[in-house]
Amino acid sequence: MDIQTFVFFFLSAILVFASLRVITARNPVHAALHLILAFFTCGGIWALLQAEFLAIAIILVYVGAVMVLFLFVVMMLDINMDRIREGFWSYLPLGAILGLLMVMEMGLVLGSKYFQVPAAEAMVPAGVSNTKSIGALMFTDFVYPFELASLVLLVGMIAAIVLTHRGSKKSKYTNPNQQVFVKAKDRIRVLQMPVEKD
Amino acid sequence: MDALMNFGQGIFGGVWPAVWILIKIVLIVAPLMLGVAYLTLVERKVIGYMQVRIGPNRVGPWGLIQPIADGLKLLFKEIIIPGRSSKGIFIIAPMLAIAPALAAWAVVPFSDTLVLANIDASLLYIMAITSIGVYGIILSGWASNSKYAFLGAMRSAAQMVSYEIAMGFSLICVLMISNSLNLVEIVNVQKQGNFASMGLNFLSWNWLPLLPMFIVYLISGTAELNRAPFDVAEGESEIVAGFHIEYSGMAFALFFLAEYANMILVAALTSIMFLGGWLSPVGFLPDGIIWLLAKISFILLLFLWFRATFPRYRYDQLMRLGWKVFIPICLVWLVVVGVWMMSPFTLWK
Repeated sequence: MDIQTFVFFFLSAILVFASLRVITARNPVHAALHLILAFFTCGGIWALLQAEFLAIAIILVYVGAVMVLFLFVVMMLDINMDRIREGFWSYLPLGAILGLLMVMEMGLVLGSKYFQVPAAEAMVPAGVSNTKSIGALMFTDFVYPFELASLVLLVGMIAAIVLTHRGSKKSKYTNPNQQVFVKAKDRIRVLQMPVEKD
Repeated sequence: MDALMNFGQGIFGGVWPAVWILIKIVLIVAPLMLGVAYLTLVERKVIGYMQVRIGPNRVGPWGLIQPIADGLKLLFKEIIIPGRSSKGIFIIAPMLAIAPALAAWAVVPFSDTLVLANIDASLLYIMAITSIGVYGIILSGWASNSKYAFLGAMRSAAQMVSYEIAMGFSLICVLMISNSLNLVEIVNVQKQGNFASMGLNFLSWNWLPLLPMFIVYLISGTAELNRAPFDVAEGESEIVAGFHIEYSGMAFALFFLAEYANMILVAALTSIMFLGGWLSPVGFLPDGIIWLLAKISFILLLFLWFRATFPRYRYDQLMRLGWKVFIPICLVWLVVVGVWMMSPFTLWK
């Protein structure tokens, strides 16, 4: 077994374990942490495939930003696990069908390459920058889907703000401009007092 | 060099490349840790002089052994794990803080050829790895099961996520004009320019055409490090000491090491991306690692100077600065640089 195969199986084992723990961990924070571990190892596997841009992007975006906010929310929520588990059996059939569908899809994708390390097939010739090729493709051949995706993201962002915005609250607000332009003589009055003598 | 290579090959055989990389890692991390130790001393000395005190002067001549004494003390102290904390995460959190701080150094170039891993997307790699550093802080705050620690962690996480955006935008400007994500390439691009051909190299470094971005990066870097005046995460007067209040001994020291290693990292990145890295400031002097070290020291001095000068930002002011001031500046300058590059007045061919 060469070193690449070993690294692949090592990372895959961690990935599978972490993904399992995401759905089995009782503590939601532990589940979120295992999800982070899963993303990180996924980045490792992509790096093994020589998809360095994707590998770094998943760590930068998912591990570095999305999961931080996710963890943030999970930590502050008071999650009652018993109440979440209540509907388990009634949701099971639907969940099982979805799960089976996903397994089938993944099986089709992996297909004949089962248990082969794909890195050997996806060899990138030396001197080709992954990031540059992706960038060039994104802004030439796939510019419309790319712009469309960014528009969808923008709509999602605005929708999230609209959903959570509950109208302006009456809060004590200080105007930073006024704060910056404050002069000492606006705030302090120096009094001249005659010396008091008895 | 060849003799050394042959010697190593003879002793270790096939595993020599791995051993050689390990040796290089040690050659980077050992001076870094020494630098971290003495940065704490320099910080206390510099701030001492700025406040008309002498600073540490009891341990060794001019207090030179002070960092070693501090380290030894922390090593021998007991690590107390709070009773109702989440033990596993409580122990992992300091490691998560220090590991990215060290891992990022893998791609930092010290000169044209002196770099551990000269990868294509080294700038992206650094951004990705440093963004993991926030987990150490969040997890330590959560695992400690203490209100102060949790509040500190919340503040610091929000702050780091906010300033990462401004930081990313300023780096996008740098990579636009360098046309590369590789740090060595970014420095080499700064070699050319109208001023460089006149012998005034320091005027063709990135800091001048990207002056607003340079300032944004430096300030966001300070905020990213949770350094004063942005140290709301450990605001002593409000939340005692923030996320690491429950830590003691070496676990606490790891947070400290991570903070100072990150400080040196941000200083190194600022020097590489805006101040020409190892390039010499004038034409008649040779380039070399010494210039990089001088630039890093200068930026570090700035960090210490900030700490001694500015009062701490209020939390809402800090968020306003990040979102309402820096990000608009970055967006405008991004367009300016783009138009500049396409115009006939472009400096970058």
